Amino acid sequence: MKLLNTKSKGVLLGPLNKNNPITVQVLGICSALAVTAKLEPSLVMGISVIVIMALSNVIISLLRNTIPNRIRIIVQLVVIASLVTIVSEFLKAFAYDVSAQLSVYIGLIITNCILMGRLEAFAMSNRPWESLLDGVGNGIGYAWILVAVGFFRELLGSGSLLGIQIIPEALYEFGYVNNGLMMMPPMALILVACIIWVQRAKNKDLQEEQH
Amino acid sequence: MKFRSFTQNFLNLRFQIFHTMDTNKNSYTFIYAIIMVVVVALMLALVSGALKERQTTNVELDRKKQILSSINIDIKGQDIEALFDKYIPKALIITGKETREESGKAYDMTRPLEDGGIPVYIADIDGQTKYILSAYGAGLWGPIWGYVALNDDKNTVYGTYFAHASETPGLGAEIANKQFQDEFIGKKILNDENKFVSIAIVKPGQQAADRDYVDGISGGTITSKGVEDMIYKSIIAYESFLEQTSQQ
Repeated sequence: MKLLNTKSKGVLLGPLNKNNPITVQVLGICSALAVTAKLEPSLVMGISVIVIMALSNVIISLLRNTIPNRIRIIVQLVVIASLVTIVSEFLKAFAYDVSAQLSVYIGLIITNCILMGRLEAFAMSNRPWESLLDGVGNGIGYAWILVAVGFFRELLGSGSLLGIQIIPEALYEFGYVNNGLMMMPPMALILVACIIWVQRAKNKDLQEEQH
Repeated sequence: MKFRSFTQNFLNLRFQIFHTMDTNKNSYTFIYAIIMVVVVALMLALVSGALKERQTTNVELDRKKQILSSINIDIKGQDIEALFDKYIPKALIITGKETREESGKAYDMTRPLEDGGIPVYIADIDGQTKYILSAYGAGLWGPIWGYVALNDDKNTVYGTYFAHASETPGLGAEIANKQFQDEFIGKKILNDENKFVSIAIVKPGQQAADRDYVDGISGGTITSKGVEDMIYKSIIAYESFLEQTSQQ
């Protein structure tokens, strides 16, 4: 028995590239700009989103036949907000240092459009297992963009990675200067745009037809 | 496999119930919302109640870490409680009229203590006395706080610790860097006439004429200013305590 059939595979792997929430659907941009100045918060934010996304997708998928149509968005928000609160409570109790670093970022997950988008577009009409795959896939799709952007911003902006100095002192003595613009939110947008550029150049089917 | 068919049946039954119900009816919507809210509230209350104790311990432990780091003690991988008891055997609580002694506690500085007192932690480092004052103020996006440790002359800075809730990473958030905090070491909070003037934080390259100064953070001007204000306002609250010793 194969672990994943073709459809499931597409659901899981699609968001990593051709259906990426950030670069193709252009969702969740605000948090991608806000948390990527350093690599570490990008990583933890990515992991938190994967977990919360997978769980909320499964929960909504289990409830999908019972949810009253007119308050479905509210129900989705309640599920996301409770999960985010629980995750942040657990972090405070068992990983206090990480939670102190992430104070604002964890709360930001509630307003992340990717979560709402996936719940509404996928979990409301698919079974729990596919929804789990979709949640994990989209979470990873979001996380890898964050990590890539965070990697370049911290390396070029602070000369370090995960707080460890990478660019040697000697280079600074030759006149190398950290790029202050990298620390500003606009640079995150430009880096995301570069990723989109490369991605579209490689995937012809993402390009619009020329007339 | 038997279990599986059981759950399958159960699920089918459940879906049948819901399919026969009209999920668009007003009454259904209201009842659904009410049940959902009650369940979620109960769940969150349970989680918060169950984790409360661990969280408070963590918060106090974290405060102790911060206090220890203001007197430049390497806390990596050490038992914080033991270190704290060793280096900071007591704390003075200064209220308007009197002072009383406490020990082994780290106080929440975001609000005054019950009797309106403010704590001074008295550290003992190899026989030398250091006074640790707490500071609390506002940065650009949210609160900032820290500890300033003074030598026993109650004038020279022995070490500092600053932290923030939500300053911009790479800019204002750099106040949490040891590099910035170490700039304060050796600076004096009194001027030549023994008047309290605090320590200025200036743009790198500039100077402050009337008092000791350190370089601020490029791109983090408002946070740097916030630190300066915080140090001034927080230390002035300790004035009676600081004067006390200069007379002795």
